[in-house]
Amino acid sequence: MNKELILQVKDVSKSFGGVKAVNNVSFDLYRGEIMGIIGPNGSGKTTLNNLITGFIKKDSGKVYFKDKDISRWPGYKIADAGLARTFQLLRPYPTLPAFKNLIPPLYSPRARRTSRGKLGDRSAVSIDILEEVGFERDARVPYKLAGALPLGYLKRLELCRCLALKPELIICDEVFSGLSMSEIASMVPLMERLQRDGITLIMVEHRLRELFKIANKVLVLNFGEKIAEGSPQEIFNDEKVKQAYFGGGETYVFS
Amino acid sequence: MMQELRKERLDRGVKVRADSIYAISSLKEIMFLMGPGLILVFGLLVLPAVVSPYWQRVLCIAGVYVLLSISFGFLANYVGLVCLGGALFVGVGGYLSGILNAYFGLSPVLAIPLATVAGAFVCTLLFLPCLPLRGVYFAIISFVYPLLAGRLIAATGVFGGTDGIAELDVLTNRWVNIYLIFILILVVVFGISRLVNYEDIGLVFRGVKDNEQAITASGLSITIYKAQAVFIGAALGCFGGAYLSHLYGWAGMSLFAIDFSILPVAATVVGGSGILYGPLLGAFLLVPISEALRAFGTLRIVFYAIVLVFFVVFWTEGVLEYVRRKYEQFEHWVRV
Repeated sequence: MNKELILQVKDVSKSFGGVKAVNNVSFDLYRGEIMGIIGPNGSGKTTLNNLITGFIKKDSGKVYFKDKDISRWPGYKIADAGLARTFQLLRPYPTLPAFKNLIPPLYSPRARRTSRGKLGDRSAVSIDILEEVGFERDARVPYKLAGALPLGYLKRLELCRCLALKPELIICDEVFSGLSMSEIASMVPLMERLQRDGITLIMVEHRLRELFKIANKVLVLNFGEKIAEGSPQEIFNDEKVKQAYFGGGETYVFS
Repeated sequence: MMQELRKERLDRGVKVRADSIYAISSLKEIMFLMGPGLILVFGLLVLPAVVSPYWQRVLCIAGVYVLLSISFGFLANYVGLVCLGGALFVGVGGYLSGILNAYFGLSPVLAIPLATVAGAFVCTLLFLPCLPLRGVYFAIISFVYPLLAGRLIAATGVFGGTDGIAELDVLTNRWVNIYLIFILILVVVFGISRLVNYEDIGLVFRGVKDNEQAITASGLSITIYKAQAVFIGAALGCFGGAYLSHLYGWAGMSLFAIDFSILPVAATVVGGSGILYGPLLGAFLLVPISEALRAFGTLRIVFYAIVLVFFVVFWTEGVLEYVRRKYEQFEHWVRV
């Protein structure tokens, strides 16, 4: 099978004051894969996400997206190229109906380009996108105020904000965190469907059990450094990873 | 026996908006919804006709402040840019129109619109480098620009230096003067209110204010949308400046006066910042009050300050919010 390289991260570093938040991290990602990024709290997962998507300036290192050097691009240009991201802290427009939250991404140059000027009514398109991820139109969920939606819907709304851009790669920052088991159970098939639709996914996660089920490969960060990379099975058995998570040599089962 | 009374309150605003079908089926409810707009339209059209020529001129100048207040309110409440550059807009618009009229011989009919567009363009270019700034930092920079422009003109002596450009063509017909700016105010206030409430770009503007990251992650450049908003705001101010210079027949350094930057803030405080009509009402109250206080001579500023302090300390919601509350909540006494 010939694989197409979609994202290439080379020796990316970032320091905040004296703290090396991300230190010489490199990885390759192929089109259609799901990659997980895991690590203990403060290991630099979100910072790495911010560095790749241009929300924070890199100290050094290069990022290539579809063979284009995007290292110095501003955030909106990277999103415009098809590398979308979600945020850990969700800030929708609380006083507006859910579907109105997708108007800005649908207004973007990328959405206009990908629809070749035949987008139609943005509100209608936005409701269609929302319905695909489980905002039941018949129950009038897309019309509910975003501020009144439960967390599970908000996470999906955030994902929809990316999907509205018709992206090729989405970096999801902790979409599973804070969700109940049943909500996660409904999110997992959604992620798998995105993969089938040809979208490459990077998932920054704390919920290892669900992640390991769907990920093709996993990257482990600790104190800003990459300590392991491999298939979920390899990571599961990696001594260094166990040590980073639990300290010492005791063995626990991943939650 | 004493009558016992109880105050009953009916929130008509909520009722009318909740029962949308009911609202359009009853003339009374339609009038309730359209009433404020109609009062505004008829108020602005009738007011100039019933006041003396002296007060007509005061209203013309008040109109310029109204435009500036709308511009300030739009940028601050809907785009998140606290812009104290009103004086810059007025100055650039006024000088441009003056230059076009005096040096190139264009009639005001052409010079005013040209100065509006070109001035807005110049102001946007000037603000471009500081658009990434937010809140008070942007406010400070925008406040410094007009001061700087005034000093530059005084120091270098360009455009007539401290004397300004005199003997511009004057708009002579006082009816044209007043209705030009009043009708423009109506167009602008309804246009901008439509833009921010019903158009898709209004949501983008709101995102620029509240949720910069989500807008960036949506593939939209914050700076471009801020620049577009500044262009709209600056165009209003530049029109005001161009209009003023042809009202006075003179474009001078006083067009860069700090009043043009500060009064919109005061108008927003007095009128209420919730909706666009607040600054409009505030400016229409403050400028005539300031004019009426002229009898007190130099003490004028003291009384003016007292009015402002009263609003800041005791009536923070502003006049319009208060009126709206009273309008929407129908209160009456009922016998228990």
